[in-house]
Amino acid sequence: MNLHLHRFALFTAFSTLCLIIAGALVTSNDAGLSVPDWPLSYGQLMPPMIGGIFYEHGHRMIASFVGLLTIVLAVWLWKAESRGWVKKLGLAAIGAVIAQGLLGGMTVIFLLPLAVSVSHACLAQLFFCMIVSLAWLTSPSWQRQREEPGPRLPDRGAPPLRALCLTANAAVFLQLLMGAALRHKGLGIIPHLFGAVVVAALVVWVMARVGTQYSGRPEILRWALLLNGMVMLQLVLGAGTYWIREITEGAVQPLLPMVLLTVAHVAAGALILAVSVILSIQVHARLGHSTGDMGKQGVPAAT
Amino acid sequence: MSFLKILACSTAAFLLFAVGCGGGGEEAATQEEAASEAAVEYVKVDPATAGSVSGKVILDGKAPSNPRINMSAEPDCGGLHDSPVRAEVAVVGDGGALANVFVWVKDGIEGKFEVPSTSVALNQKGCIYTPHVVALRSGQVLSVTNSDPTTHNVHPLPLVNREWNRSQTPDASPIERTFSRQEIMLPVKCNIHPWMRAYINVVAHPFFAITGADGSFEIKGLPPGTYTIEAQHERFDAQEMSVTVGASESKQADFTFSAG
Repeated sequence: MNLHLHRFALFTAFSTLCLIIAGALVTSNDAGLSVPDWPLSYGQLMPPMIGGIFYEHGHRMIASFVGLLTIVLAVWLWKAESRGWVKKLGLAAIGAVIAQGLLGGMTVIFLLPLAVSVSHACLAQLFFCMIVSLAWLTSPSWQRQREEPGPRLPDRGAPPLRALCLTANAAVFLQLLMGAALRHKGLGIIPHLFGAVVVAALVVWVMARVGTQYSGRPEILRWALLLNGMVMLQLVLGAGTYWIREITEGAVQPLLPMVLLTVAHVAAGALILAVSVILSIQVHARLGHSTGDMGKQGVPAAT
Repeated sequence: MSFLKILACSTAAFLLFAVGCGGGGEEAATQEEAASEAAVEYVKVDPATAGSVSGKVILDGKAPSNPRINMSAEPDCGGLHDSPVRAEVAVVGDGGALANVFVWVKDGIEGKFEVPSTSVALNQKGCIYTPHVVALRSGQVLSVTNSDPTTHNVHPLPLVNREWNRSQTPDASPIERTFSRQEIMLPVKCNIHPWMRAYINVVAHPFFAITGADGSFEIKGLPPGTYTIEAQHERFDAQEMSVTVGASESKQADFTFSAG
């Protein structure tokens, strides 16, 4: 295990979260088109950082930094990592960050068309999940699981917990998609509210299953608890975001409380997707197929 | 199929979808505008029989307070004002006189009218668009200037015309653009200074007016006929009334908006 590589992956994940926050600040401050050209900004590498340009160009600078970190991470993985599929995930992250940069440019050139803006917002979440997964897969905790896998636990019950976790992943992603569409005025609030109910119900269901069947397995329980806590916090942030917009209707936006709550809501959404993916990885690594492989000295299917 | 192949295909499809949904270029807009300038026979109104519609727009009830604009984060803008700046959402004068209402003949005009060769001015001064509401003809030039010591970007948000976004530095020459289609209360903003907002009205004929500080307006040179006159304000619901104008007749059409 390469601890330096893990720490670098963690730093890349943290930088990516900062990038998502910077992107949310661009949207909340309505600064998406404050720089009308791309890839340069006003034909320069460093335009005057005034008004909305501060947010838009700042977002571009952080994005360039994250792009560079991603390339270094992928090359490092390629050289130091023994698992082929982890190497490939590193390469895929490079592809995603390039695609994300192109989508960002297209939002500027085509004046924020809904499909491009929503795609840009959603690919950001997927890219963040890739980097967080790489950080987890290079971590000492994952390494211990590889070295001392223990018996695989049966995935009893219907639906299987693994399927339930994957459904939760998909629901969280769809909810982020609807949130992005709402932010870019392509969708009303109702689908997003409905999505919140569905996600909350799925996450509570996952927690109930983990709590009743796998309460003695901290490597699963702690991620399920974290996911539940974050979703509850996110519901509060979502309600706050809606409330602040209602009470400041008619004011000259962007007001700071609206910006802060909305950006926190976006960042929490990204973290929830990442945590739900880690939980899925853990559940798939530790649980076997129903009762059939009970007792198998299982190494996780993909180690 | 390997994971990487699936990911590559997904990304390519994703980008193609996004490009497919992108907006059109400005070249198309220019061609469209040029095509609309094809030779046509213009309507000439006989001055001897032309009538007019004038009136006053009143706001009934307590006028909403205009929200304060916080320019503190932008010294180049905040330093241009000695006192707090408020948005021009509802500019109400004595007796409820409502300014910045766009009044126009919505229905009843037939034929095409010659487009003036003069331009209509929209200035950026004190990090505020001036005037707050402008009106021009389809195909007439809108000339946007920047009187501020800071950069702005001019970004109209049309529904039926082509959208554009242009930055303008303090020393830049005026941005001159036309809109080819009729569109009422078309918002224009600045993404650098998000409080900046104005409304552009693009009309296919010359029969329109904007109320002044006293709430009054006058639409002159109307040929005899029956018209639907509409008054639109950025905050309040639009109102309309039918007015019949005889030869050389001056008709009164007053509107009252409810403050709600």
